[in-house]
Amino acid sequence: MSTITLASKRRRSALRTAAFMSPWLIGFAVFFAYPMISTVYFSFMQYDGFKPPTWSGTKNWTYVFEHYPYFWPALRNTLWLVLITVTLRVAFGLGVGLLITKIRTGTGVFRTLFYLPYLAPPVAATMAFAFLLNPGTGPVNSILEGIGIPAPGWFNDPSWSKPALTLLALWGIGDLMVIFMAALLDVPREQYEAAELDGASAWQRFRFVTLPNISPIVMFAVVTGVIQTMQYYAQPLIAGKVASGVIQGAGTQFEPGYPDKSTLTLPQLVYNLGFQRFDYGSACVVALVLFALSMAFTALLMRRRGGLIQAGD
Amino acid sequence: MPGISRKVALAAAASVALLATACTGQSGSGASDDPSEDTTLNFWHAWSAPAEVKAVKSLVAGFEKAHPTIHVNVVGNMTDDKMNQALRTGGDKAPDVISSFTTNNVGKFCSSGALVDLNPLFEKSGIDPAKTFPKAMSEYTEFDGNRCSVPLLGDAYGLYYNKTAFEKADITTPPKTWSEFEADAKKLTISDGDSYKQLGFMPNYHGWETTTEHYLGQFSPTYFDSSGKSTIATDPAVEAGFTLQKKLVDELGGYQRLEKYRSTLGDEWGPKHPFQTGQVAMQLDGEWRLGMALDAKPDFEIGVAPLPVPDDQADQYGKGYITGTIAGIAATSKKQNAAWELVKYMTTDTAAVVAFSNAIHNVPSTLAALKSPDLKYDPRFKTFLDIAANPNSTTSPASVNGGVYLATIQNFGYEYESGKAKDLKAGLARTAKQIDTDIAQAK
Repeated sequence: MSTITLASKRRRSALRTAAFMSPWLIGFAVFFAYPMISTVYFSFMQYDGFKPPTWSGTKNWTYVFEHYPYFWPALRNTLWLVLITVTLRVAFGLGVGLLITKIRTGTGVFRTLFYLPYLAPPVAATMAFAFLLNPGTGPVNSILEGIGIPAPGWFNDPSWSKPALTLLALWGIGDLMVIFMAALLDVPREQYEAAELDGASAWQRFRFVTLPNISPIVMFAVVTGVIQTMQYYAQPLIAGKVASGVIQGAGTQFEPGYPDKSTLTLPQLVYNLGFQRFDYGSACVVALVLFALSMAFTALLMRRRGGLIQAGD
Repeated sequence: MPGISRKVALAAAASVALLATACTGQSGSGASDDPSEDTTLNFWHAWSAPAEVKAVKSLVAGFEKAHPTIHVNVVGNMTDDKMNQALRTGGDKAPDVISSFTTNNVGKFCSSGALVDLNPLFEKSGIDPAKTFPKAMSEYTEFDGNRCSVPLLGDAYGLYYNKTAFEKADITTPPKTWSEFEADAKKLTISDGDSYKQLGFMPNYHGWETTTEHYLGQFSPTYFDSSGKSTIATDPAVEAGFTLQKKLVDELGGYQRLEKYRSTLGDEWGPKHPFQTGQVAMQLDGEWRLGMALDAKPDFEIGVAPLPVPDDQADQYGKGYITGTIAGIAATSKKQNAAWELVKYMTTDTAAVVAFSNAIHNVPSTLAALKSPDLKYDPRFKTFLDIAANPNSTTSPASVNGGVYLATIQNFGYEYESGKAKDLKAGLARTAKQIDTDIAQAK
């Protein structure tokens, strides 16, 4: 009798727990589990969105990895942007945050100046950059040529298009600057004072006081930066379209990546395959690659951070 | 444990079955409606300029007057991507009739069943598409015998030239063959250091309408054989087209110099279009450019002619590349008979087609409308009417994966014009293989 009561109590408790967790569980099931399972399922199906899906085995996987000419360039570009752009954005955001916390006057003005670009809509900001960096008529190249520096082709040159996108990302650094400023102002003053008494140099104070204190924020900035870069879509697409001159065109066949596939990113392929080519199966394969990459980067970073904390301890 | 495993397996099987049947946008026949009953149709189109939207409204008003029981809810400025999604999902707000600016998706629309085959409806109405529409337009609106779309005005490509610049360069007539064109383009080019005071012609594939298919149209390529395999590696027309473009690029200053100049030029749809500003003396473009160029009030006289033809096809001078807007009926529509009445009126009623062409300044899409005395146009526009009616005019055929093959050819074009790809034959063979692989993937 007492066993039944205990079991019933446990069941009630479990139900209560489930009820409290249900908003999250429903959200997880609807917005993560179902799309995830569907994506895996459709990656093995021939599906154009009109006719019912049919089993195609590994055909989509083989196509994407072996025959789809945009996949490897897009993967290389995405990895380039993750490694270079995210690193530079975190370093630049931290640098700007450090500078602004140090200056005594005009903090508000600088804070506003650095934050404002972040509020610009990505499409408008990208179009503005494409015009500023226009190799023929843009003011940036006019200035560079004026002072005798060879002017790059920026968005019209495959070797300069990703650095130009990185410049655009650095211009909109406001989000990271605010986060780093909050973290920097939160570092206990007494730790700096103790380090100064011990004769630590500015670099040593940064390395052994500032960095360990803000490392969770650095980690947050890196992980969210990696995820955002994995989803990088609007800026490279718009930059490529504006620079190529194919802004719109009735009946004009335009595939992204101008110039020479250098601005292709994996999310563009998901859209191109799924919604323009009607090949949902292959689009799902690319989406799964993106997911696997994001997971791998995050796991790697979390592991590295675990190591850092242990070393710090 | 085994019980749990069975339950899990059952649940998994049920999930897979649900997934397999969910959200798959089944197309129904839906052709059981009575068009004489009170009906409201949704018509989605891509036109967005105020004058164009007004013209569509006027076209639809004419239809509603002729069919008092059918009302049309017109939705403009719809891109193909939006239409694709709406055709897939269906529903009360989804379109019954669509009109798309591009012919590239016809193969996809037909093979996927997104748009209904109009052949039985044409037959029922006693209309023969072959006798109603120009040959090229008839071709680009069907795929594998399935006529899932119908031309709704067309675009013909020709040559615009700066008559004043021609006079200054002592050129008396527009070029008829590509050899003459090459000579004229060089003669009209005036260098200015590393740039140009005036460029004879912008040959680069990113030069707005100078795409691979528009060049190749003048060489009458086949694109596919009877089994659906790409012929671009074996068709001499394709090799000739690529060779000509590359020669023009090299002779007019080289790829890098031309690209740098191109980046200084205005965009295709604005008033600073380089032909309109006099920066480029000859332009491959569609019939719409005439109105746009006249609106820009250039300080030179505009000449219009058919594009040149290969020297060995001089007798075919007058042909051109044809494409255009298409209309179709959504397979998800439950009002397909009423929708057919609208499509039939917009695309085959001579008076309606002529009035719409007059308002939009596109080429009429029926043979009767092309000859109509009611057509109002600038005398130069006649060139495009003749190109549209020319039986030698060409188009790019519909494919199961839409315009992917055209993009693949275009991408090889970028590699070849820039010098990244040097071996034309090997490049075309590689491109043909890629086209076949992409088509196999789509089937």
